[in-house]
Formats: sequence, C-alpha cells, structure tokens
Amino acid sequence: MMPMFPREIPRDQIAKYERSFLLRLYEEMFRIREFEERVRFLFLEGAMPGTIHQCQGQEATAVGVCQALNEDDYLTSTHRPHGHALAKGLTPLEILLELFGSIEGCCKGKGGSMHIGNMAKGMPPAIAIVGGNIPVAAGMALALKMQKRPQIVACFFGDGATSEGAFHEAVNMAAIWNLPVVFCCENNLYGASTHVSKITRLPSLRQRATAYGIEALTVDGNNVLAVYEMARTAAVKCRAGEGPVFLELITYRLTGHSRRDPCLYMPKEERAAWAAMDPLLRLREALLDRGEVTVSELEAVELAVKQAIEQAVEIARKAPPPTLDDLETDVYAKSEVGI
Amino acid sequence: MKRMGIAEALREAIAEEMRRDHRVFCMGEDIGIPGGWGGAFTVTLGLEKEFPDRMINTPIAENGFFGMGMGAAMLGMRPIVDVQYGDFLLCAMDQICSNASMMRYMSGGTVSVPLVMRAPVGATGRGAQHARNLERMFLGVPGIKIVAPSTAYDAKGLLKAAVRDGNPVMIFEHKLLYGSKGPRTESGAVDATSDIPDDDYVVPIGRAAVRREGADVTIIAWLLMAHAAQAAANVLSAEGIEAEVVDARSLNPLDYETIGASVKKTGRALIVEEGPITGGVGAEIAAGIQERFGDCLRTSVRRVASPDIPVPFAPVLENAYRPDAARVAAAVRAMCGR
Repeated sequence: MMPMFPREIPRDQIAKYERSFLLRLYEEMFRIREFEERVRFLFLEGAMPGTIHQCQGQEATAVGVCQALNEDDYLTSTHRPHGHALAKGLTPLEILLELFGSIEGCCKGKGGSMHIGNMAKGMPPAIAIVGGNIPVAAGMALALKMQKRPQIVACFFGDGATSEGAFHEAVNMAAIWNLPVVFCCENNLYGASTHVSKITRLPSLRQRATAYGIEALTVDGNNVLAVYEMARTAAVKCRAGEGPVFLELITYRLTGHSRRDPCLYMPKEERAAWAAMDPLLRLREALLDRGEVTVSELEAVELAVKQAIEQAVEIARKAPPPTLDDLETDVYAKSEVGI
Repeated sequence: MKRMGIAEALREAIAEEMRRDHRVFCMGEDIGIPGGWGGAFTVTLGLEKEFPDRMINTPIAENGFFGMGMGAAMLGMRPIVDVQYGDFLLCAMDQICSNASMMRYMSGGTVSVPLVMRAPVGATGRGAQHARNLERMFLGVPGIKIVAPSTAYDAKGLLKAAVRDGNPVMIFEHKLLYGSKGPRTESGAVDATSDIPDDDYVVPIGRAAVRREGADVTIIAWLLMAHAAQAAANVLSAEGIEAEVVDARSLNPLDYETIGASVKKTGRALIVEEGPITGGVGAEIAAGIQERFGDCLRTSVRRVASPDIPVPFAPVLENAYRPDAARVAAAVRAMCGR
C-alpha cells in the first residue's frame, strides 16, 4: 500500500513551533533510530542474546505521542517496545543493560527485549502477546479515574492487535466508563508478514474504534508534528474526562518484523516509496527548509547521541549477569499477611 | 459471633475490606445492580448500597476485565474480580497466566499486582461447561497463589488474606458450599456454615487445617471434597479405622509441613479431588508427598478423583463423576488391607 499523505511537512505546521522544541523532536527520533541500528549491529555480530523486534521508520509515533504526555503519565507497549521506552524517558543504558541480560537492566535481566519497562518512569514492562496490553492500559486508566488523579495512559499496539478480542473488550469498557486512555494504533500495514488488507474489510482501522462510540482519527504517523498535535488534543480530552480517544497512526516498518526477516512479502516499490517517507528524513528536510537550523547543528545533535549510545554499549557489554541466586526471586511480592 | 454460610461470609469479608481500605473495589458481571443478583451466587448482593462507586458491573468480557483488574492493581488499587462460573476463567487465561502472574518477575520485582480473582467451581447439575474444578489449571502457573476454602470461617479469612496479600490470588469457591438458604441456593448444597467471630481475622495463605485427627491414614482434600473426606472418616471410625483429615485449603503454596506431619504419623496418604484424575492437583500432591516423605509411607499414595471425562449432566452420571464419602471410604479400606 503506497503512502497516502503528502511527503512534505507543511511549512505553516512547522512554523508554529519553537526551534528548540523541533530540535528536541529530531534528537529524540534520532536517538531511537541510532539505538535500533546499533542494537541490530550487536545482534548481527552475535554479541546480544535473544531476539529483537525493531521500530526503524516508526520513530515519529513514539516521539509524537510521548511529547504530548506529561512525565508522570503512563504508557503501555508491545513486543516492539524500544522506541516507546526511549521516548518515555528510559535511558539507552538501562535498556541496553536489559538487552544484554544484565542484573543492572531495567528489569534485572528478567524481562529482555520484549518486556522493556520501568514503572518509575510510567512504563510497566511491555506485554508481548498481541493485544494483551490493551486491557491492562484500560485498567490503569480506570485506577487513575477512581483515584481522581490527573494522569492519562497512552496504549500502543499495532494494526494486528485490532483483531484480538482483548482490543474490542478493552476499548468498549474504556468507552462506557470514559477512561483517560489514548489508544495509539501504529498501523504499519503489516501484522508480522500479513498485510492489513487481508485481515479486515474496513478501509480504515479507526472504524473498529468508532464502532464503540469513541472519537477516532487517522493520522500521518510519519509526520511527528501531526502525531504530536493529535496526541495533544487526545490527551486534553482524556484529562477532561472525555476519553478515550483512538488514534490510527499510519506508518511503515523499515526493518524486518524480527531478527531474521528479509521482508520478502513487502513489494519493492512499496518499500522504496515508504523509505522516502522516513519520518526522520522528513523532519530533517523541513527543519533545513525553515532555515533556522543548519546541517552542522543537526550533525552535532547526531554526534552527541551516537557518542552517548556508544558509551552505553561499552558499559552494557561489560555489565554483570544475574547470579543463580536471582533465579527464583521476584516471583511474588512479600506478602503483607501470612506466608 | 454469628453463624454464617460461605456466601454471607464472603460478602461480609468484601464489605469489611472495602470499609477498611478505600483501594478495594469489585469488578465483575451482574454485580452492583440494584434489584440484581449480586453476582451469580449472591456473594456481592446489596453491596452497591454502601459502595455505589466501587461495584463495577462489566460487559460480558472476561479477558478484558481481568486485564483491567490487573492494570488497576498495578497502579495501587486492590481489585476483586470475579467470574460467574469458574469455567469462564478460561476466557481470561491470557490476562491471568501471561500478564498478572508474570508481571512481577518480568519487572525484576518492581511491579506488584495485588489482584484477587474469585471463581465458583463444582459439578452442580448444569452440564459440562458450568461445572469444572479449575484449580489444576493454575497450579503450574508460578506467580498466582491459590486458595480453596471449605468452610465459611476459612472463606472469610482467606478472602481477607487474599485482599491484603499484595499478589495475584485466586480463590475457588464451591457452588454446593455457598449456603443452604435463600433464593439462589443450589440443590444438593452441603452445610459449610461456621461461627464467624465479630473481630477482624485472616486465615494465612499457605496453611492447611487438620479437621480430624487419626493415626491410620491421612486424607487430603479441599472444597467440597473436604466434607466428603470427613463424612468418610466418620464412617471408617465406626469400623475401627481412624483417618486424619487434612483440609489443604491453600493449593499454592501447599502446606507440606502440615501434610508431612500427618503422613509421617499415619504412613498412608489419600488425596481426594473433584475433577479428572489425570493432571489434577492430586497428582502434584502425590508426587510432593513421595519426594518428601516417601520413606515414611507404608503403602503407595492413592487418589480418589473423577474419571477423565467432561462433567456429565444426568444426575446419576454426575453423582458418579463427583467423588463421595463411599468411594473415599472404600479407597481407605483398600489401603488399610480391609
């Protein structure tokens, strides 16, 4: 499926924002891209255990949504969580430590790539069974509502998850109870290798949400400003008790579904067209076009990010693994009564 | 002190916990409806009058609202979610077994899921799909504690312990033990009433109870089968066989201290379970006894359980499915060479 949004980020859209904010968006997105590329290389060289699901090409959805959140808001993620985690404020180091299976990782080496999270930063370990995090996010939003707290939950999932019962049950309950959750559907056109056109007759996945009586919008998910603006509007609604909101963020995975996927199911012309829609490339061009930012400034941002990630890689490579004493700990919280 | 059945005792436990702790709330199908039923078996009947904002009546969406209970628990609430029939837990298996049970471990011990799950079980004239004993399905799922009370005293105390525990806890309730009075009473109900103290108490999770002492054989059971075991013990006593009845009451963790003390004394262990014999809780207890106390056994561990079939409907078949005192007594006689 070819891109349906114009490639250029509109000038009047980019003119609305401070230079520093735009540079921050670029830095956040570049950090995700660089992190994922570095991790891919670590896997290829055999330095990292496990498997990975990467998000190159989808940086604008994570960054656009998280920029619309407050620091103390919550986010739930999926088997493809690296970008969401970085955008939510987890450091490259704490994630890399986890990917290397270190006791110093954000989940003490017990989670791994598909369960990255840090509750202190508002992100519980990612839930890697498709759709499984959607009821959990709705439940977190229910708690926030019952506790009369101002926070909201951003719930990320892919196009594939909208066929799960968990999606339908949770969106419906969030709808009938007006829960403060933004459902962020990253429609990257493929659930693993299956094209979205093969799993629904609907022309748009947002119709699956409007069926539950909630506001649902389709957004250019590779234009970080478009994502940010829609997410901000959704967040305001949720905080006002008028949630939930569903955002269909149209994007494209520029990498395989997982570690060894050569993407033979994606037509070459389609891949080429979407490569041109790379969200980093589009923001970079728009920034340079605006004239306030120079190539050397962007390169300085990129260099600083690369150096920080390289330093984190060097630390994470040498970090200690868990000991066998850690094997059976952390199954239960210490009981407040009895055994 | 007042006399109560299990349904009333559970209702009182929930109300007291909700009064004590504003984080506690209930979530389930057909609860909190004025003029409604209080769930399928009246346990939450009328609680909406005192707690109108904390009785959350859900659509029929077990996987969804068990997951929501987990999410709410992660953010500091103390949800009590229930299914109308234990069989419906299978609709929510992803949220229970892949999310709630694993979140603590996957987070490296940083996230807590203080989620209580209630599930009525037992074969009660409804055919195969509203009848199973689901305890076995969760026994091999690390991260979930399991309790299965046979008396009103234990039901109240274990539910309170579950609410306060801080971990996912599944409480199985037997439909024939809820009570023998009221409009939704089951035919064939067994008296499980207890004297309930006026003061607050908990029954610690992980402790079995010796219901009857005896030197000849240890009978281990829970829920309805704990009553069958005691009835059998009374019959056997008249024949000169003294059975010790251990009500396991907590299935995860299992109390091998109490079970072991009894087995070491009697040298004979029989496990009674409602549900197919293959892959049941009884198999786990039998292996656990053999590994820990095998040297003390005078005869091999035995089980009385249901055949490996779905639960049948016709009363004559259902009665044959569900172990009873006669079958328990017969098994004990065989073990004792009588």
